[in-house]
Amino acid sequence: MIRDLVFYLTGWLPEPLQIFVWVMFKIVAILVPLMLCVAYFTFAERKLIGYMQLRVGPNRVGPRGWLQPVADAFKLLMKEIIVPSRANRHLFLFAPALSLGPALAAWAVMPFTDHLVLADIDASLLYVLALTSMGVYGVIVAGWASNSKYAFLGAMRSAAQIVAYEIAMGFALVGVLMVAGSLNLREIVLGQEGSFLSWYWLPLFPLFIVYFISGVAETNRAPFDVAEGESEIVAGFHVEYSGMTFAVFFLAEYANMILIAALTVVMFLGGWLPPVDVAPFNWVPGLMWFGLKTSLVAFLFLWFRATFPRYRYDQIMRLGWKVLIPVTLVWIFVVGIGKFYTPFAGFFS
Amino acid sequence: MGIDLKYLYKTFSLMELRRGLRVTGRRLFNRKITLMYPEEKTPKSPRFRGLHALRRYPNGEERCIACKLCEAVCPALAITIDSEEREDGQRRTTRYDIDLFKCIYCGFCEEACPVDSIVLTDIHEFHMELNSERLINKEQLLEVGDRYEQEIAEARQQDAPYR
Repeated sequence: MIRDLVFYLTGWLPEPLQIFVWVMFKIVAILVPLMLCVAYFTFAERKLIGYMQLRVGPNRVGPRGWLQPVADAFKLLMKEIIVPSRANRHLFLFAPALSLGPALAAWAVMPFTDHLVLADIDASLLYVLALTSMGVYGVIVAGWASNSKYAFLGAMRSAAQIVAYEIAMGFALVGVLMVAGSLNLREIVLGQEGSFLSWYWLPLFPLFIVYFISGVAETNRAPFDVAEGESEIVAGFHVEYSGMTFAVFFLAEYANMILIAALTVVMFLGGWLPPVDVAPFNWVPGLMWFGLKTSLVAFLFLWFRATFPRYRYDQIMRLGWKVLIPVTLVWIFVVGIGKFYTPFAGFFS
Repeated sequence: MGIDLKYLYKTFSLMELRRGLRVTGRRLFNRKITLMYPEEKTPKSPRFRGLHALRRYPNGEERCIACKLCEAVCPALAITIDSEEREDGQRRTTRYDIDLFKCIYCGFCEEACPVDSIVLTDIHEFHMELNSERLINKEQLLEVGDRYEQEIAEARQQDAPYR
């Protein structure tokens, strides 16, 4: 319907341009709400962490502080972009884009509801996995191009951490694949139809926890924020960044957080499905359930940040390699045996 | 080497992490203790040491007799005094400058003053826009004293029983 309207309004254009306009329209339709969410997620973080520390958080800009993200964005836009004289200028400016790009591109395959998917590709899970790991190149390139020891240390830490946690994350998703029997995110959600007991968090509980923990690590959030590590390496990979280039890193971090939250919802918490398929619950549109669940998972990110102190670097490595990866391997084994050699096949599908 | 089951249970159930989350989760709903600063302020002690002032006697005569004890006691060398003989033969200051950047607000000048002339008021919200404004002279100090005489006197009276 909207497609027809767009094509009607651009009827005076040649066909390829019409398609271009339609594609741009779809991109804007996803990115603008997403960017708004990111902006207000930063606000939610400051407020919530404030509340947990018995403060009130920002409350001066606009009514109860609601214009704070606008003020922040405006401030960062106005500020000067400083490129260190000995930095690799092109890579230095390219790194923020490299960090934000994948975080946004991954939303292309996100099934908001059964019908609301921008690109319903077959291997969307693989695509998402590829893009969430791409983000770290932004961090590494930023650390390298800055030509600063702190930035470099941050980048190296981030790289090693991603290698460890990417594996755990990938294995957790292998469990999802085994249970769902599909690489398509929409079909993964459809496989969870029923009540909240048939969502995949239950048969894949250890993988659910591991996936979320690796997700926190993947987004460089507390308690895994060694790549930034304010008290150790100043600000890690983005010490040398200022103004808008810094803002883009900031946006990427928060967009990634929302992305990981949304993916957790899609793969383990039933996506747009209502928790119980009875009267008052299934009246609520699927998009609302999706948003609600995503906000709840995103809230956990903030809660963690307000609660946990930063891991020591070797502890992060130990947790990744010696705890999370074995746990996922064991549970993949359990799922495999359970699904094919025991009478509990129904539980694991 | 036995397996510590209790330890394993504690780690894998994430027990301590959940305990931490519970603490912050509870604090989320506690009453906030933030003071909305410009609208709300904490009560100040009568001994609060803020901006300086020079006081006068009730008849309008300035108290300062240029004994220079404050200048001598000032640990930051923030006070500069010049004095001369007035027409009626009394010794008076011709210059009384305080460098607000040097001053550490220790209150020694007030303690040293034999005539309770130099005092530290409880004004702490002041600013200057030029570097040169950090020096405040005798006229400005007397003006502060004139304007806040009532508050200054009240604070001194409240504190008097404990001196």
